Amino acid sequence: MNWGSWGEFWAMGGYGLYVWGSYGLCTVVFSVEPLLAMRRLKQALSQIRDAR
Amino acid sequence: MSRHFHFFTFASPPRFYALSGFLIPWLYFVAVLTGLIGLYFGFFVAPTDATQGDAYRIIFIHVPTAWMSMVLYLVMAGWAAVGWAFNARLASMVARALAPTGALFTVLALWTGALWGKPTWGAWWVWDARLTSELILLFLYLGYIALVESIDDTRRADHAGALLALVGAVNVPVIYFSVRWWNTLHQGASISMTAAPKMASTMLTSMLLMTVACWAYAFAIVFVRTRAIVLERERDADWVLALGRSRSGVNV
Repeated sequence: MNWGSWGEFWAMGGYGLYVWGSYGLCTVVFSVEPLLAMRRLKQALSQIRDAR
Repeated sequence: MSRHFHFFTFASPPRFYALSGFLIPWLYFVAVLTGLIGLYFGFFVAPTDATQGDAYRIIFIHVPTAWMSMVLYLVMAGWAAVGWAFNARLASMVARALAPTGALFTVLALWTGALWGKPTWGAWWVWDARLTSELILLFLYLGYIALVESIDDTRRADHAGALLALVGAVNVPVIYFSVRWWNTLHQGASISMTAAPKMASTMLTSMLLMTVACWAYAFAIVFVRTRAIVLERERDADWVLALGRSRSGVNV
């Protein structure tokens, strides 16, 4: 185990801003992109249903 | 109808639509599972680096996203070319579905690289061969998207996009070999086919698990987007109309 406490974990040896800045944007992208893709699919499906 | 398996079976949009619908939840599951185990190894098992401290932990997401940005471009150019050469409509749709995901992986590679460069090199950005060619990759993705979206005739848009994607593919080996061809600030390849890994095995485990997660994620998202494009383009086809009538079409 590398960390004595959660405080140490979040501090990342003084590099917290860089490490969490990196993982933070990745988390945002990997959460939002699937929602946008799903929305596009749902829209395509509802257009088909409306068309008949 | 032949009972033999045909290589092009899943080149048919209705078959692709059914198969991908089955695979997508599993791919997301694999992505989340390997991603979480990879992060656990990266943050709790892998030791602090002797020279870079904990800043090096960015590697576990930087290297997989950078790999994906290059691989997805080649895959996109490949499918675009197949769609162009053989008039395979599904191949062209897959190429279009790949572009936004590839562009996002490129943004993430550049972003995590900048956040890694600042504490280790002292600069967010340098006009070095590796960084510059990766930035050009982002412009190629954006150029491809802008080009295909600006042409109304779908077939012509696919063909124009394929040409751009193929010409731009020259950039991918330039990115990969840039650290060898030029004297750059960027470090050499993390993993080489010809030499033993230079990093601790726990670090390698984390990076490879994160790479598997990125692959599974990329497959899942590209399948979802391809399904949407299939429905948008084939809305007059009998099978799509049948899908609109059936209950199963509602549950995506």
